[in-house]
Amino acid sequence: MKEFSILIGGKAGDGIDRAGVVINDLLNTLGYYQYVYREYPSIIRGGHTFSIIRASSDKVYCHRDQVDIVIAMNRETIDAHAGRLRDGGALLYDATEDKAAAPIIADGATIQAIPLQDILAAESAPPITRNSIMIGALARALGLEWTDASAVLTRRLPKSLPQNLAVARRGYDAASPVFMVPNLDRVALPVLTGNEALAMGLLQGGLDSYIAYPMTPTSSILHFLAEVAPLFGLKVVHPESEIGVILMALGASYTGDKVAVGTSGGGFCLMTEGFSFAAMAELPLVVVLGMRPGPSTGLPTYSSQTELGFALNAGQGEFSRLVVAPGDAEESFQWAQIALNMAAKHRVPVILLTDKNGGEGTYSFDVNEPTAIERYEAPPRDWSKVFKIDSYEHDETGLTTEDAAITKAMQDKRLAKTGPIASDLAACEPVKVYGDKEAATAIICWGSNKGVCVEAAAAFGWRVVQPVVLAPFPAAQFAEAMRGARLSIVVENNATGQLKKLLRLHDFTATESVRKYDGRAFSLEELSAALTAVKEASPV
Amino acid sequence: MIGKELDTGAPNTWCPGCGNFSILNAMRAVLAELDHSQPDLSRTVLVAGIGCHAKIADYVNVNSFYSIHGRATPAAEGIKIGDPDLRVICHAGDGDAYGEGLEHLIFAAKRNVDMTMIVHDNRVYGLTTGQYTPTSPLGFRGRSTPAGSIELPLNPLALMLTSGATFVARGYSHGIENLKEIFRAAIAHKGFSFIDVLQVCVTYFNQYEEYTARTYALENHDATDYDLAVKRAREWDYNSAARIPLGIFYEGDAPVFEVNPSEAGRTPDETRDALDKLLASYR
Repeated sequence: MKEFSILIGGKAGDGIDRAGVVINDLLNTLGYYQYVYREYPSIIRGGHTFSIIRASSDKVYCHRDQVDIVIAMNRETIDAHAGRLRDGGALLYDATEDKAAAPIIADGATIQAIPLQDILAAESAPPITRNSIMIGALARALGLEWTDASAVLTRRLPKSLPQNLAVARRGYDAASPVFMVPNLDRVALPVLTGNEALAMGLLQGGLDSYIAYPMTPTSSILHFLAEVAPLFGLKVVHPESEIGVILMALGASYTGDKVAVGTSGGGFCLMTEGFSFAAMAELPLVVVLGMRPGPSTGLPTYSSQTELGFALNAGQGEFSRLVVAPGDAEESFQWAQIALNMAAKHRVPVILLTDKNGGEGTYSFDVNEPTAIERYEAPPRDWSKVFKIDSYEHDETGLTTEDAAITKAMQDKRLAKTGPIASDLAACEPVKVYGDKEAATAIICWGSNKGVCVEAAAAFGWRVVQPVVLAPFPAAQFAEAMRGARLSIVVENNATGQLKKLLRLHDFTATESVRKYDGRAFSLEELSAALTAVKEASPV
Repeated sequence: MIGKELDTGAPNTWCPGCGNFSILNAMRAVLAELDHSQPDLSRTVLVAGIGCHAKIADYVNVNSFYSIHGRATPAAEGIKIGDPDLRVICHAGDGDAYGEGLEHLIFAAKRNVDMTMIVHDNRVYGLTTGQYTPTSPLGFRGRSTPAGSIELPLNPLALMLTSGATFVARGYSHGIENLKEIFRAAIAHKGFSFIDVLQVCVTYFNQYEEYTARTYALENHDATDYDLAVKRAREWDYNSAARIPLGIFYEGDAPVFEVNPSEAGRTPDETRDALDKLLASYR
């Protein structure tokens, strides 16, 4: 596997994300698959933000701590990240930035000072074009021909700033090659975020209405769908609150619309009464629940896996629900379709459980991976028959009742949906297994940790078991996936072991846990080190 | 179809003398008339919150969405988003629309959603057995305020006029003809029609004598004059012993909230083609 990583960092508001997209494009033309890990503060201007772009000849789903090139748009980036450079790597930084303090870098790494201010002055270019200079310098550092680089820049940089190309060329000339990136001579894949892939899955599943109140990390689904709505005949509404969101969604669902809403934990707290209502009224609904660290406002722009217990139990009363945690962009695309289908077919609320790492992480996305379930179309609402739905217990016609026998019958009817949902999902690989399926050691993970676990496990020769469906829990498939494993390590981004607890409810006791709950994703090195420690401490 | 045929047969559990009967009878009569209009009755949805008022959803044999407490309004808006051709009539209580779910009411008015909002304003919580509501007068002795409420009531008409409702009226649950007239006009109005109905709760806050003595019909009133409507809406603040005007205070014209999706094809193949085109820009 040929691979390298580039870190670009600067102040929030410096356009680091935008620069990352141009770099994606540059690497795509060379045929590389990519994964981008992003960290940014909950601040509009200022504060440190960075992206690590990992490019590889094989598909990759996680980032490494060690990188080959650091592009520092400010001093803070140098101080925070120059130490990540590997031997032979290079730091590209703004020559005008604090010349007094020489950056401390790894032995064997080199420094290239790019005179950003001089270049801006020479071209009378605005400061916003600083990123273009650095992208030009990066192209040179990767050994690209200027013609190849300029083709991408011409396509991607805002036309309103004609100086962009000129300053990029000066950046290119100011830098020198660090290593030669071979052109893989193939068509790479579209590069998009997990949230975009999930939103595309909702569209492919026949979404009629998307209703959401902005909340990180799912706001980008709202933005994306609002932007592309005209291409798909979609309705997008941003109401006054999450309570407004879920009730409007249920109103639209009542008319036969396929509806989804998106939020994070705090917003879902407000939605839970409506979520329970969806189950009682048997109104199809999909909730995209993007996790971030709590309690309360927590770390709004960081990641966690702390809402599994919440998703499994949210809402008063007892009812059938489907909870699914896709592990990457392809799974997000596929399971968003399945979620809409299952909601419509079984008339239940469904939660797509994602997180900031998976939702805002960027992947090379293959839309052609097959989806196991065909789109389900409920028959159109027949308005010639009176249609009554009710949040009270009700009879089959939708009239309120307190009758004991009807109460029990209706409760049984709603709970009996669990079995048919589970049978439908059996065809969709509700538990996935990777690596050596006979290995005595198994990593158990869920959601966005899948990629890092699969890659780390490969080095150990272990298997990875990923329950994608968390309710109704695919206990039989899980037991089959774990057969013969003696050491089991549950990897999750929470402090209390929420998946481990869920497994215990299904009579499986995992032997070990690796937990990270500082808001950041596991890097490959970090997880590998933690797994090594578990391995060394265990008797297997 | 006549009013009686609109019965579901569900036993009525309102207290004898409850003001809700007048609203039910007036609504049933108006709904029966709608059977011959467009959209017809089969494409009419009654939405209700939770409280005594909401039982109307069980009593009338038309499509209904019996929502949760405080959340009738956003459900009604969602129905219009799902299918703008449906006629939506939303019933709510005063605790329901002015307390628990006030933000939705304000936003529905702000958006000028094409729906009819009827608040059964009995100025007391009935189903939870007698607590003060947002429109109870100062000093109201309820079960949560045994020494008397220390809050002034809000004036829903003034609030709705400020929020952007394009039809604002007040009714009284004594006299079905008066209610029918207002309901008809409200349903015919294109935009957010708001009606506060002084609906007497005989068990916890019997105001029949007070209201009968103090209410009067708005006459020679120009309902297109917004400033005048605000002035008339402020004649009574839901607290004083002033006279209480009834009727249509305001009827204006403003753009209606509509979420019109594009005509883009929606079959799985058409969606996939559009996705493939979109994905090409991500390479």
